[in-house]
Amino acid sequence: MGQLLLHGWKLISRGFSSLTPHPLRVCIVGSGPAGFYTAEKMLKALDGAEVDILDRLPTPFGLVRSGVAPDHPETKLSHLPETWKQIVVNQFSRVAANERCSFFGNVNLGTTVSLSDLCKMYDAVVLAYGAESDRYLGVPGEDLGGIYSAREFVWWYNGHPDCSNVSPDLKNTDTAVVLGQGNVALDVARILLRPINELETTDIAEHALTSLRESTIRKVYLVGRRGPVQAACTAKELREILGIKDLHVCIQKADLLTSAADEEELKKGRIQRRVYELFSKAATSHQQHDIVGQRELHFMFFRKPDRFLPSESGNTVSGVRLEKTCLKENGASGKQVAVGTGQFEDLKCGLVLKSVGYKSVPVDGLPFDEYRGVVPNMKGRVLSLDQAEHAIVEKGLYVTGWLKRGPTGIIATNLYCAEETVASILEDFKNGLLTPSSGSPKPGRQGLLQVLENKNARFVPFSGWEKIDTKERMEGELRNKPRKKITTWEELLLAVDG
Amino acid sequence: MCKMAFQSLLIPHVTGKAQEESSEQKEKITVTFVDKDGEEKVIQVPMGMSMLEAAHENDIELEGACEGSLACSTCHVIVMDMEYYNKLEDPADEENDMLDLAFGLTETSRLGCQVIAKPELDGMRLALPAATRNFAVDGFVPKPH
Repeated sequence: MGQLLLHGWKLISRGFSSLTPHPLRVCIVGSGPAGFYTAEKMLKALDGAEVDILDRLPTPFGLVRSGVAPDHPETKLSHLPETWKQIVVNQFSRVAANERCSFFGNVNLGTTVSLSDLCKMYDAVVLAYGAESDRYLGVPGEDLGGIYSAREFVWWYNGHPDCSNVSPDLKNTDTAVVLGQGNVALDVARILLRPINELETTDIAEHALTSLRESTIRKVYLVGRRGPVQAACTAKELREILGIKDLHVCIQKADLLTSAADEEELKKGRIQRRVYELFSKAATSHQQHDIVGQRELHFMFFRKPDRFLPSESGNTVSGVRLEKTCLKENGASGKQVAVGTGQFEDLKCGLVLKSVGYKSVPVDGLPFDEYRGVVPNMKGRVLSLDQAEHAIVEKGLYVTGWLKRGPTGIIATNLYCAEETVASILEDFKNGLLTPSSGSPKPGRQGLLQVLENKNARFVPFSGWEKIDTKERMEGELRNKPRKKITTWEELLLAVDG
Repeated sequence: MCKMAFQSLLIPHVTGKAQEESSEQKEKITVTFVDKDGEEKVIQVPMGMSMLEAAHENDIELEGACEGSLACSTCHVIVMDMEYYNKLEDPADEENDMLDLAFGLTETSRLGCQVIAKPELDGMRLALPAATRNFAVDGFVPKPH
């Protein structure tokens, strides 16, 4: 599909260079992989296109900076000295360096500029701001202290300025429970169980390193509603966590028994097959006795959280009541769903991390599907409902990334997603749908700069990020790390000034 | 063997130069890339070069988002003939982990950055994934994995 789109663009853009009276002005909200891949493809497809990328943070790159776990192994290929994370960052930096592209950090959609402002100023607005909230479990006790979403915990150890004060208490307990078995669940479990010396040379936030150094957590449970056949993690990440030195991994052999429906799922799914094989191997090979002081990782299957149990003080969590589940086939979808059996057990713990999915946040004036947590769209074109409840296309408004597809996939998934959205934009451009009705061109970047000036809003250009980057790397060198992250809003903006 | 003899007939050189040219040919293999429209591009790939690198050098639109560091699956290619697929070394776990996530995976799918030119691969044909939707090549219909 990618080749079809690229071929089509070549034809379209060749035609356009001579026809367009003014360049297409595009504004992308969000500078993570979704935003940057969209910008890259937009700039490549149209010789004259101008692309502005906004982000509410002073720093770009989204989850590449704040989501990727700091301890992921360096590439094993000796001829590539950089980690793949750095490769992606370099690629995005080249996009930002394009003279037709400008980065505007510290600009918030909603408080600094409104969506309608942007639509007035740009021919096309692409929303790529991802998913900054969480799916809620909706069980009693969910608001107790000591219960966090995995997103908050990840942002905390990655130094995101919104979560630098989360301060999870890692000293009140020896057990943490992670609800969910996707790749993010594995990430947080791994960070909790890594020997501290292995974290010291990473770019993990200093405040997290300090907490983890003093942490008394020695046991982590990864709890899933369904079985190993349905586990959401992928082979690479599972292999990584199973390979941690001196870690006792517990998987019940009974949980590996498969039903006919399970076998069907395994037959159809290569990913599930390889994950299941890893679980099977791990269950048989880790049979040794507990070594005193050894850290433990328990994979618990067929359990769903019924409620969180408070401690004596009443404020913090002291355990999770889990209900045993069994799988029933959901006739409509053919999928197997977990159904409670009425058997309960309590699991003592002092820290709970909910890793059950991210959720996007709606914005004023933007159609939003509350249930799925995404913006309704057709190949990236935003859809809204007219008075007769028919879906109509919102002219000039597009989505890409998690806001479009939901919070799934890897970084590279956004590449294909961006291709699709950009193809829609180009098609609409070709069909004259993005030409302003008034006839005069939209102000684009100049308009945005004016709005920002009027509001006395201080934006951070890409060169501002480069100052932050230089400072972080210099501080990191002193500590034998790739960088020492700056983790508060004040200090980030201060570094831009310096 | 026949190909080299044929080509040396075409080249109006003295024997010495023809021999030089044919020994140069031993250092490169011929690879055909087939895009989703069935359009073919025949290129020469020096020994030791990956198919991803070769594609880029010849303006073939093969993405390589992670630049060959086994962190994505965007350089996914389909080896069109089982005979050539079998000449490749088995993929390592790391490559299989990334192939898991490739779009339109087939039984003869590989990552372009991991397929390295060697003499036995001379004449290999590689399809870019979208190409498998519409047609069968050489009687081989790639099955979705």
